[in-house]
Amino acid sequence: MARVKFLCDADRCIECNACVTACKNEHEVPWGINRRRVVTINDGKPGERSVSMACMHCTDAPCAAVCPVSCFYTTADAVVLHSKDLCIGCGYCFYACPFGAPQYPKVGNFGSRGKMDKCTYCAGGPEEDFSTVEFEKYGRNRLAEGKLPLCAEMCSTKSLLAGDGEMIATIYKERVMKRGYGSGAWGWKTAYKETVAI
Amino acid sequence: MKAQFKSLVAALAILFASAMLPAAAQYNNFQPTKEAVQEEKLLQQLKEGDRLSGRISIPDAKAASLIQPQGQSWRDFHQNKLPTIGGVVLLGMLGALVLFFLVRGRVRVEHGLSGQTITRFASLDRFAHWMTAGCFIILALSGLNVSFGRMVILPLFGPETFAELTHLGKLAHNYLAFPFMAGVALMFVLWVKDNIPNKLDLEWIKQGGGLFVKGKHPLAERFNAGQKVVFWIVITGGAVMSVSGWFLLFPYMAPDGVTSLQLMTTVHAVLAVGFVAAMLAHAYIGSVGMEGAFDAMGNGEVDLNWAKEHHALWVAEEQAKAASVPRNSVPAE
Repeated sequence: MARVKFLCDADRCIECNACVTACKNEHEVPWGINRRRVVTINDGKPGERSVSMACMHCTDAPCAAVCPVSCFYTTADAVVLHSKDLCIGCGYCFYACPFGAPQYPKVGNFGSRGKMDKCTYCAGGPEEDFSTVEFEKYGRNRLAEGKLPLCAEMCSTKSLLAGDGEMIATIYKERVMKRGYGSGAWGWKTAYKETVAI
Repeated sequence: MKAQFKSLVAALAILFASAMLPAAAQYNNFQPTKEAVQEEKLLQQLKEGDRLSGRISIPDAKAASLIQPQGQSWRDFHQNKLPTIGGVVLLGMLGALVLFFLVRGRVRVEHGLSGQTITRFASLDRFAHWMTAGCFIILALSGLNVSFGRMVILPLFGPETFAELTHLGKLAHNYLAFPFMAGVALMFVLWVKDNIPNKLDLEWIKQGGGLFVKGKHPLAERFNAGQKVVFWIVITGGAVMSVSGWFLLFPYMAPDGVTSLQLMTTVHAVLAVGFVAAMLAHAYIGSVGMEGAFDAMGNGEVDLNWAKEHHALWVAEEQAKAASVPRNSVPAE
């Protein structure tokens, strides 16, 4: 089993938001929820970079640590998933997550946020693979189909990489060596306590 | 005409070129690839509580925050600091109460029960107290459960039952917050005039409230210094719990998004632990710890001897008031 990760090569991201759109469409995510987003740093200034960000599927995930009902689990591929049946919508994972990944369906006053939703690495959830209930709660299970997350698969500049952590780190490293620059493996140090050494 | 036009174009071109030169020079010096933003440098530049954020094109402005390292400190607070604080404060208070009971035993009415009673709390007083207390017990239990239940209760019930229980607890916590706030406000209005600290309280505190020595009863008015402390803990504690809780109930009103919510949960949790500890002591001395004390909030009638021992000045005042009203006064015809 691989330890899967995301890596956004910000020097290639053109902020087309295709990853955001692909994700919303693939999983039929409701209005107001964005499992993935593109943030532009230093917008309009020299040296501007855009980063596509979603749940990073952290090693020793903070969301899982603080969840009062322990609804998170990590798959054999190191994907961090959660059970919407157990989730009470308290918002603790949102306080702890460094990447703003947890989303809530209601702009809920009265603490009625509803069940938390986040990027599943296109790996579905605890329900039976390919079942309707799995799709409705968590979205498509592409990993079970032998496919990678759609956001990365359809990235036009191959900025967003998904797959085995070591493999995508090697690809990124080769790119940086060849072109002579790189703004870093965004979020890696925070999520995986390691970065891609160049 | 043509020559004039040509010279005008030339003049304009020179004007443009000269205007563009400094700007062009500025960009020529900049190396867009090598000098682009570096994640590592940006993270190093962040100060405590800062977030790495940029611009976002989706309507959700909060999503512009890219990385918030503060989440890790919040996790540390929630997973390590809070259980330590909670354990020390709550178990410490329970231990202290047990120890007090073993050493001092139940505080008795020294002169025995007289059989005569005096009205201490009217029904409105008792309504305010029990509405607040009832809500407080459920708020405290559901709050403790959401903070520590995963360690203590989850293994007993299993994940499904525990999640259902915690969800009900969360709903109760959210809704009972409102009668609790109303109760605190009502108690403030009813009792504040008798809870202003004065010189008598210093003497009461000096004598340790007479709690530690048998047969010693420092003078007190309607509320003694200990009760005043409880009153102000409930009022100020209740106010801070309400304000911080309000932000957690309406998370999208928080001025600074996740950063202020983290602060609010921290304030709410630490204060809650202290609040629960204080109320444990209050509940102890108002029931098991002291003979005759519970009646005050039970049926509102306390034994006269109890009242004389603990609130001598208040009893004198009440009796004077009663005496000033003629007993068998005949209504005017």
